[in-house]
Amino acid sequence: MTRRGLIVCSFLLCLAACSGIQTPLGNSGADDSSFIRLFVTFLVVCTVMYLLVVGALAGALANRRRLLTVEEGTHHESSPWIRRALIGWAALIVAGLVGLTIASFFTDRAAAKRAMRPQFTVKIIANQWWWDIIYTTPDVSQAVHTANELHLPVGVEAEVSLESNDVIHSFWVPNLAGKQDLIPGRTTDIQLLPTKTGLYRGQCAEFCGIQHANMALAVQVESREAFLRWIAQQRRAAFAPTTPTELAGYHYFTTHECSSCHSIAGTPANGQVGPDLTHVASRRTIAAGALPMSSGNLYGWVADPQSQKPGNKMPTIGLAPNELHAVVAYLQRLK
Amino acid sequence: MSSRFRNSIWTLVSLALLAGCDREKSNPRGQPLAETIPDTSPDTVFPGDAKPRPLDPRAADYEQNAFAIAQGQQLFGAMNCVGCHAHGGGGMGPALMDSQWRYGGRIDQIAQSIAKGRPNGMPAWEGKLTDRQIWQLAAFVRSLSGQAPKDAVAARADELSNTPPQTQTKREPALPSDSAQQ
Amino acid sequence: MTPRSKGRATKREPVLRDGPDLTGSDLEERLEKTWSRPRGFIGWLASVDHKEIGRRYIFTALGFLAAAGLLALHMRLQLMFPDNDILGPSAFNEAFTMHGTTMMFLFAVPVMQGVQIYLTPIMVGTRAMAFPRLTAFSYYMYLFGGLFLWAGHFLHFGPDNGWFNYVPLSGPQYGVGKRSDAWAQTITFTEVAALAVAVTLVATIFKQRAPGMTLARMPIFVWSTLVTSLMVVFSMPAIALVSGLLLSDRLVGTQFFNPVEHGDPLLYQHLFWFFGHPEVYIIFLPATGFVSEIVATFSRRTIFGYPIVVLSLVGTGILAFGLWVHHMFATGLPRVGYSFYTAASMAVSIPTGLQIFCWIATIWDGRPRLQVPMLYVIGFIVTFVIGGLSGIIIAAVPLDLQVHDTYFIVAHFHYVLIGGAVFPLLGAITYWYPKLTGRMMSERLGNISFWTIFLGFQLAFFPMHIAGLMGMPRRVYTYPAGMGLELPNMLSSIGSFVVALAVLMFVVNMAASFRRGERAGPDPWDAASLEWATASPPPWYNFAHIPAVESRAPLWDLKDDLPVVHGLRVDDRELLMTSVISASPDVREPSATPSIWPLISAIAVAVTFIGSVFSPWALVFGAAPVGIALTAWFWPKLPGPFAEPQIT
Repeated sequence: MTRRGLIVCSFLLCLAACSGIQTPLGNSGADDSSFIRLFVTFLVVCTVMYLLVVGALAGALANRRRLLTVEEGTHHESSPWIRRALIGWAALIVAGLVGLTIASFFTDRAAAKRAMRPQFTVKIIANQWWWDIIYTTPDVSQAVHTANELHLPVGVEAEVSLESNDVIHSFWVPNLAGKQDLIPGRTTDIQLLPTKTGLYRGQCAEFCGIQHANMALAVQVESREAFLRWIAQQRRAAFAPTTPTELAGYHYFTTHECSSCHSIAGTPANGQVGPDLTHVASRRTIAAGALPMSSGNLYGWVADPQSQKPGNKMPTIGLAPNELHAVVAYLQRLK
Repeated sequence: MSSRFRNSIWTLVSLALLAGCDREKSNPRGQPLAETIPDTSPDTVFPGDAKPRPLDPRAADYEQNAFAIAQGQQLFGAMNCVGCHAHGGGGMGPALMDSQWRYGGRIDQIAQSIAKGRPNGMPAWEGKLTDRQIWQLAAFVRSLSGQAPKDAVAARADELSNTPPQTQTKREPALPSDSAQQ
Repeated sequence: MTPRSKGRATKREPVLRDGPDLTGSDLEERLEKTWSRPRGFIGWLASVDHKEIGRRYIFTALGFLAAAGLLALHMRLQLMFPDNDILGPSAFNEAFTMHGTTMMFLFAVPVMQGVQIYLTPIMVGTRAMAFPRLTAFSYYMYLFGGLFLWAGHFLHFGPDNGWFNYVPLSGPQYGVGKRSDAWAQTITFTEVAALAVAVTLVATIFKQRAPGMTLARMPIFVWSTLVTSLMVVFSMPAIALVSGLLLSDRLVGTQFFNPVEHGDPLLYQHLFWFFGHPEVYIIFLPATGFVSEIVATFSRRTIFGYPIVVLSLVGTGILAFGLWVHHMFATGLPRVGYSFYTAASMAVSIPTGLQIFCWIATIWDGRPRLQVPMLYVIGFIVTFVIGGLSGIIIAAVPLDLQVHDTYFIVAHFHYVLIGGAVFPLLGAITYWYPKLTGRMMSERLGNISFWTIFLGFQLAFFPMHIAGLMGMPRRVYTYPAGMGLELPNMLSSIGSFVVALAVLMFVVNMAASFRRGERAGPDPWDAASLEWATASPPPWYNFAHIPAVESRAPLWDLKDDLPVVHGLRVDDRELLMTSVISASPDVREPSATPSIWPLISAIAVAVTFIGSVFSPWALVFGAAPVGIALTAWFWPKLPGPFAEPQIT
């Protein structure tokens, strides 16, 4: 298989997956070109072996008409070349597997070596069924606390430290890297080095309960300037309400059920149970990817989260219409 | 087969069918506007005729329901009830594992205490938690003194061990409010 | 049984033994009387005949296959379209959990063990298993465990956290209610059953082979049974332990898996997969045994490279214990350690590759005839090798970290389990159906069902590789539109219905052929091993005289002249024990008669186990009936009036 053949294969694979925002064949993380190379290598070797086996089987079946004079019974002497073929086959398998093991080992080592120089850290704490994301800084007042959406500057290595608040989850953004489990009682980590800007999607990849299917993560890889702008915006306290409806929503939020679980920086709402909502309106999705962000979806979510994502931890309160309008108006203010 | 044999099998099957019902039901949404907490009073203080109110029929849905008790356990930690009540042993707030209940130890009375608050520091959670969540908390609080059926409670939480396993908690029936030991 | 007379000298009748004086229909009548069981319902429940128990295992397992298959169809209906609402999240989670648990614990291992129970004694030339009542007990334990699990499912306390039920999700805090307890206790039932059968099979194979059947002359299927049973003995304790630890954490509040109290959720995974990986080889190796038998018969020559095939079986069995961490590559264990498991996972495919060579070489150098069992072997090779090669792909850590817990893995294991175990099983059922029933299955319907299941399977499961690579994780009850997952899922759903249709056709074939199939003699396929030397179906006593064996293919070598041994009693159940390696006759041993006590013991044990899920008092109150039942079972049998003198 020549280099040209490898390129053709990867091209075909990429073509198949080129619109994928959640695929390892997307070629946008530092590791991913090596993933594709390794995958194609394995695929080629395995296909060759498969064709050999199926070809031999076909040959054996086709052979059957020729051996009409073969004596049936026990003391059947096999053709001598079959014994030689057996040794050759065993040697071929062993050689192939050794080669593939070595290729895998070196790819792994190269990825580990690349992952040695992170330039900033993000802490992700997984909960049932949302992602708590904290950009840690030595000065705690500069830390950014958000949820369900990760922004990364392109070309900068990020060290993502992973913890879990409840059960085992798995952090998986296939376009950027392989997965890493988040295990309660342990801190694991993963290094991400995105090489292409774009919007990608990650998803929890270890069954974590009733809403495992709706625990997604939006990952925005952007230029350094855009990233710094975003961080600066996230650092600000929440925008104050301007209209009477927003004010009523602010009032409801901070004195009723919402603030028992949610926090909004700069307001008395300081619940630690649910996602931080300081800049919720700037996010692309609601409820960890369950719904795209829009006015209607926000209404639907706040009014009845249990019908949108049944079994999740946010209760359906039974808000009166004016309360609902007020809260949603306020939330939409929180850009 | 004989009709007696058939009948006994049928009885066993029906019993088995009922057995799992209350404990395993899991209805995450509930009925938000219908889970109100009735106005109950502590048992020796009631207006008009001298009879305590009958237990709300919805109580069984929470008291014997494993999902409700588990949710209550999570809320107990999340809403920092441990800050005053520890894990049932009490501290600033009274102990919840014993048989002494100033304002009544029935589930609807406990739910009332959580919702309305009580003198000397119990905050009112009405409006801060949904009524359903308050019922779930009350169900969990009941389990701290061993009142919940042993097959509906969790033996322990995934945290520092702070009580004997809940499946082995001795049942402490609530003393009446005017008893000398309160 | 005539009562023992007290004190008075009784006239001793001579002990009847088979031999030149007692042969033919006279012998068969007496053997029939000795080895049959009482008629009627109680007699049926009390049976210890390995053929009857083997049939029960197979039919019960096929019933569970159908139930789990229906769940799969339901899931595929839900996943046919994005954002579908046929099954909500909790129903879907229950569905995939019950599907996996049923398929792995209630179908795959029991059906293989059932065929092993049926075939092993008649393949090695003996009349019964080594521990007949234990085998009966194990069937009832398996049945009760399966019924308990499914009763739980219908009564809303069935498990819903995946068939491996990881902690902390299944632990006391997050695993609400009795669901995970039901799962763990079902495991207890099935692993007791599997261990009991494994022990019986090992003893039977080691000590009851026909004289002259040295280890080097055993049929390959018997070798695969031996290796599998030893694997069961070494791996099942791990799952017994882990389900016990889980039950203990959940019911009694121990801290095995609580990280805050110095427990560890990963301990669960290590223990589970230490069992879980050998488990899949426990399912696969008997299938390779089927393939070896079928290939030899249908190529009309003995298997090429017998020593290599045997050593491959043994090698796979041993290597399988060193691979388990490849299920845990995403958990954050040291990367260098992972490389060892990559290498080991690659290495385990070498013996299987050699076996495949031997099969193809047998076909090449033989005169293959393409009847239905052989078609299934061809389907097996074509399908299983894809699964094995996708296994090689995921043995590499960088590749596994992307496709772990996605539909790529689902595709891989269905290729190896259905391609590698179910296809050979269907071929084996077709092949041995004449032996079990005395009739042939329809060749035409068999052909149609083979092609339907083969093509339906490819349609259902190949697109799952693509879905996994396009980012679809496992165990999701729905997926969003616009990610390119609609087409693979639609194809998979259509394919699953085609597979269901094929299975239905196969079952119809089995049922219809029972009454209307062409009648079969003892050896309709012209095969070589001992089970074809007796009638179809075999009589209660298997063989009128115990055969003696001089080669690997006794029926081919000694066509009409199979040597036999004489001297076993015919008025009482007696077996011939031979030595372990060279199978020279050693001692004669009595064999257990039918008894209702295995069933009663199983009921007592089942009530204790099931009750202990709900209350610890069950263990206290259950101990007494269990003790009584076991005592009655093991009550020593008084020697009869005509007992043989003991030679000390």
